[in-house]
Amino acid sequence: MPELKFDKTKCANCKGVNCLVKCQYMDLDKDKAKEEWQKVINGEDSFVLEACTTCYACEEYCPFGNHPFYLIVERQEEKGILPAPRPVITMWINQCQPVGRFMVGKVEQKALSYCFLPQFNTLVKGKLFDDIAWSVIFGQEFFCNAVYLHYAKASVIKDRLPKVVENIKNQGIKELVCLHDECYGTFTSLAPAYGIETPFKPIHYFEYLYSRLEELKKLVKPLNIRAAYQRNCSARLIPETDHFVNDIFGLIGVKRLEREYDKENALCCAEIFRMAKGPALADDVQKRNIDDMVKAGAEYCVFNCPACWDSLADKVAKRGIKPIHMIDLCKLAIGEEQSLKLPELAVEV
Amino acid sequence: MVTTNATYESLVKIVGKDYVSDQKEEQYFYARDGGLMPAHDPDYVVLPKTTEEVQEIVKLANRDKVPVVPKGAGLALTGLVIPQNGGILLDMNRMDRILKVNEKARYVVVEGGTTHGALKSYLQKHHPDLRHSIPDSPPVATVVANVVIHGQGRLSQQHGFNSDMVSGLEVVLPTGEVCLIGSCSVSSFWFSKGPPLPDLSGLFLGWFGTTGIITKLGLKLYPCKKMRDVMLFLTDRVELVPDIMLKLSHTEMVEDVIISAQPLPLRYKGTFWIMAYITGDSEEELEFKRKMVWGALWGYFESRDVGPLSVSPDMKAPLMSMPSKDITRFADVAKGGGFQYAGPITPIEKFPAFIQKLEEVAQKYNVFYASTTRLIGSGHCMMFSFSFSFNRANPDEMARAKEALDECSKFALEEGGVLWKADLDEQKMLMQKMDPNTLKLMQKIKKLLDPNGIMNPGNWEAK
Repeated sequence: MPELKFDKTKCANCKGVNCLVKCQYMDLDKDKAKEEWQKVINGEDSFVLEACTTCYACEEYCPFGNHPFYLIVERQEEKGILPAPRPVITMWINQCQPVGRFMVGKVEQKALSYCFLPQFNTLVKGKLFDDIAWSVIFGQEFFCNAVYLHYAKASVIKDRLPKVVENIKNQGIKELVCLHDECYGTFTSLAPAYGIETPFKPIHYFEYLYSRLEELKKLVKPLNIRAAYQRNCSARLIPETDHFVNDIFGLIGVKRLEREYDKENALCCAEIFRMAKGPALADDVQKRNIDDMVKAGAEYCVFNCPACWDSLADKVAKRGIKPIHMIDLCKLAIGEEQSLKLPELAVEV
Repeated sequence: MVTTNATYESLVKIVGKDYVSDQKEEQYFYARDGGLMPAHDPDYVVLPKTTEEVQEIVKLANRDKVPVVPKGAGLALTGLVIPQNGGILLDMNRMDRILKVNEKARYVVVEGGTTHGALKSYLQKHHPDLRHSIPDSPPVATVVANVVIHGQGRLSQQHGFNSDMVSGLEVVLPTGEVCLIGSCSVSSFWFSKGPPLPDLSGLFLGWFGTTGIITKLGLKLYPCKKMRDVMLFLTDRVELVPDIMLKLSHTEMVEDVIISAQPLPLRYKGTFWIMAYITGDSEEELEFKRKMVWGALWGYFESRDVGPLSVSPDMKAPLMSMPSKDITRFADVAKGGGFQYAGPITPIEKFPAFIQKLEEVAQKYNVFYASTTRLIGSGHCMMFSFSFSFNRANPDEMARAKEALDECSKFALEEGGVLWKADLDEQKMLMQKMDPNTLKLMQKIKKLLDPNGIMNPGNWEAK
């Protein structure tokens, strides 16, 4: 069973204890943070384990890449702490259980991973994906499993992830374009942290989009719009990819609005908080986030993660901001249509 | 029983030749429903247009001693409109007019073949502030048939069985007289099916068409709020479900409470999905109700026994649709179009025992199962469905599903439940268990109303 590679000495020499001091949901000074973090390292009881919202941000705050959040998850599981109600965790474990159904397209050496998110079936269309649209993997057998970080179930990740990596390898895939941050984060952060080797090259879809837009440059017409970027929880595992947002926006004439809750201070979609802590925190975070978008003058809210879309798209739309996924934004720039839209809800009574 | 060309010719005279058939095609179609009861051909299929035509048909049936089976869409699935002794199958679908809506007294009067889908559309278009309790059967289900079987719908948590919402009847009695029931018998208003008069609607509701043919129906309408939402909670502790239902009902904020349980797809395995529907005229009203619902379940949330599931827009659309599309989706899960359920009406405290039995029986008979429970009234009872799907092309699978259903029904009865829209076998079970004097009273009523025994024979008949 893979084990977390956590280096105590890095924490011993850490002066800032940014993992906890910078936490947006706990109020700790350096001394208290140091004390509590030591308890976590030692496997002792710490309120941090209960208070953690599983926002993933401490992974980004740690300057040593020592994976403080993964350690929290390990400790939560050891102590039987449930960050979310048990039936919700059970549902997630059952839903994504491998069942031996390999849903694959005409897979080539370079493939797209839809992970286990059907929204990509809607999004992946048009010229941006001309040379790869058929080379697709989808379903439980290719599900990255990072979601279990939210549920203190590192054991599920350790059990299932090596098989997922093997399944991808067995498809003969050499380069995997991950359409979800969580997948890319799994293969470039989580898997290495647990010593799981990935015998293929993960490519973040932002990088893919950027290079496709470069190739299609003649078709690009600047959109000349102002957008708030909705950064998601798993972006915290891979902050090195954030520059692609600016790069892509630059190519297609989108202004990434300066706002309080972006980049390191981003607020996630917060829907996981509803399950973990109840509606008050989730509603508060969502409201602050959308208020901030409105205040910044956003015309569009650009989503990276389909789960964020599910949580926030209708809420931003109600505030007069157009929700759009990054893939669709790029499509607009080359004259194609937005594919992922809010469904007409059957609100009639 | 006389079934001759003379009967056919008489029927043609009453409804016209286009609306009567003694042909094999029609006989085949009207001989069966989607459930497991054996088919039986009618001799004639007749589609009347007016109450007078229904009257004439009933008089003819009395003359010729021919059975009459009134039929809506035939969606009960328990064979209630399979003509057990042949005779005249009376398809009510041409009597589909919506006669009047009284906005101030909040009721509608419809003809006996009006469908829920048509009524829903009509109200949305012409009276958007009003709604009726829509059942989760397909939209072609008729309003009358639904109340005749004591159906439930989207407003049953608040207002009881759909038949409790009846506000008047026009009935063609088995002897051919037309009779008005309720306030409409002394007034031009159809606001009450009984009070302050003796409530005679009980002579027809729940009798499966064995005591008369409902040709017009008054139905109560209710305020239709501008917005609607669904909240979804999961629990893995079956013993908590009754208390969760009570807590939700206690808020008096929830219009409908549904609990589903099934082993597949895997996301459902091991958890019970509790859906609480709320409505409001503003976002503020909805938010207030959301908070009340959360407050009701907060203790279980803190103990980590109950958790919310965020409902994505894609997931919400089917949950919000009325009728629910999920139920009809389950109907074909075994790929072959067969689906039937036993849906006893039972105290909600029995939920854990019923779930245990469902799982046990499904394993014993190797059939795919699901269960949907609807809270009725403020926790007064629930409809618990033991649902099984099967491939119609597989007789062995059908036989196993039937055995599973019979065992579940027997169990439900032993546990204090009352079988809903009981098939012939289940009716026998009910009558065997029924207080003998109650059964005698039913028999006296039936004999009094239907001296020739022509109305939907086979049903509610004690041998």
